[in-house]
Amino acid sequence: METLIDIVLLGFLVLTALAVAKMQDLFAVVMLSGIYSLISASLFMDLDAVDVAFTEASVGAGISTLLMLASLKLVGQYEKHSRYRPMLALGVVLATGTLLIYGTLDMPHFGSAEAPVHQHVAPRYLNDSMAEIGVPNVVTSVLASYRGYDTLGETLVVFTAGIGVISLLRVSRRTKEEEKRRVPADMQQQIILRVVAKMMLPLILIFALYVQFHGDYGPGGGFQAGVIFAAGIILYTMLYGLSNASRVFKPHILELFSALGVLLYAGVGVLCILMGGNFLEYGVLEHDPVDGQHLGILLVELGVGITVASVMITIFFKFTWRTVKHKYNK
Amino acid sequence: MNILGLYNYWIVVVLMMIGFYIVIAHENLIKKLVGLSIFQTSVFFFYISMGKITGATAPILDEKWQLYSNPLPHVLILTAIVVGIATTALGLALVVRIQEAYGSIEEYEIQAQDTQDQMESHLEAYGFRKKHALSPSNIDQ
Repeated sequence: METLIDIVLLGFLVLTALAVAKMQDLFAVVMLSGIYSLISASLFMDLDAVDVAFTEASVGAGISTLLMLASLKLVGQYEKHSRYRPMLALGVVLATGTLLIYGTLDMPHFGSAEAPVHQHVAPRYLNDSMAEIGVPNVVTSVLASYRGYDTLGETLVVFTAGIGVISLLRVSRRTKEEEKRRVPADMQQQIILRVVAKMMLPLILIFALYVQFHGDYGPGGGFQAGVIFAAGIILYTMLYGLSNASRVFKPHILELFSALGVLLYAGVGVLCILMGGNFLEYGVLEHDPVDGQHLGILLVELGVGITVASVMITIFFKFTWRTVKHKYNK
Repeated sequence: MNILGLYNYWIVVVLMMIGFYIVIAHENLIKKLVGLSIFQTSVFFFYISMGKITGATAPILDEKWQLYSNPLPHVLILTAIVVGIATTALGLALVVRIQEAYGSIEEYEIQAQDTQDQMESHLEAYGFRKKHALSPSNIDQ
């Protein structure tokens, strides 16, 4: 049954990708890429990767589609016909594809337990992590403890990308003031949406916090929680206007928080050194090493969540301010 | 079962090549970014497919289960997805700035404008003023 679902979903993915390649209307392309992400999330679920499915559903189908739509509003909706004949590109692609498929012929078959991937560190994680870390979700213990360096680096990349977007899309004070004077928000007439969103918002935010702090025991963690939290705030922003939302989430506070998360993560590492361990060796934080691991993972995941949420909200705000600016400059 | 043993990897290659084709054959920068993200997700499927074991369950330890899929690819891909959206956002911001600077996001139009600018600055360096009889737009005529 699992294999059957796998085959069908992969087939859907190829069809969607072909449609993306064919379409000229970029709005349709963006919508199709949202569908593509949702199918990917189902496929990850089918392949036992519950944490990945969680992330893909909130990032791919939610935030990335929104950002693409916001930029479409800024750059126009239609792709022009290209002047070149794509034969050369097609040739390159077919040749590369054939070589890659030739390369797969040596690979161990899908689902086999004897594959080399499952021989090296994976048994250690699965057999010993309960005694060493004491967290049932192995993905969380690998993410935050065994491979803590890696995750610190990735949080830093998210932070850096956020800084890049902030410096590329700056907003003048004049635009902000003009937006404040504009009385009815775009969605003023959508009463049903506004009422339902107001009821949903606390639930979304509480769910984000649940995902954040329950990540040790079930699927979830800082990355997913940050994105879900940001999605809640973005929903509010879309329905109640930017100036209302940025009254609660002031830009300079968001920028401060996106740095604070990374600092918290790295600070836990430095604290471990000060208490006599190695960088990010949480065992020394408490008397009992397993308790120390728990505390360390909790703090580190919180740092990740803070950075991811504030960077995502900041990026969305910057794109939306840009559309506002274009409106007034016309 | 033998024929299906490599099916996942073949589909991964097909998806990757569709993404690759969009990136090299299309001129529109937004379309290129969508193609790039299709390319990227194909790598995600590759990793996750390798981590799967038939009959296993998700790697959340419980006494009822003995066999779990490999958690390591899950960790790598989970962070890659979030980093991917952050870098895509950076790419989109660059596209927005390119549109504001050039008035277009089609690659050949941007290149045409760049060549024009370059020729004008070369001519200026040789002592021709802009709007001079020998400026590139007049040479064409």
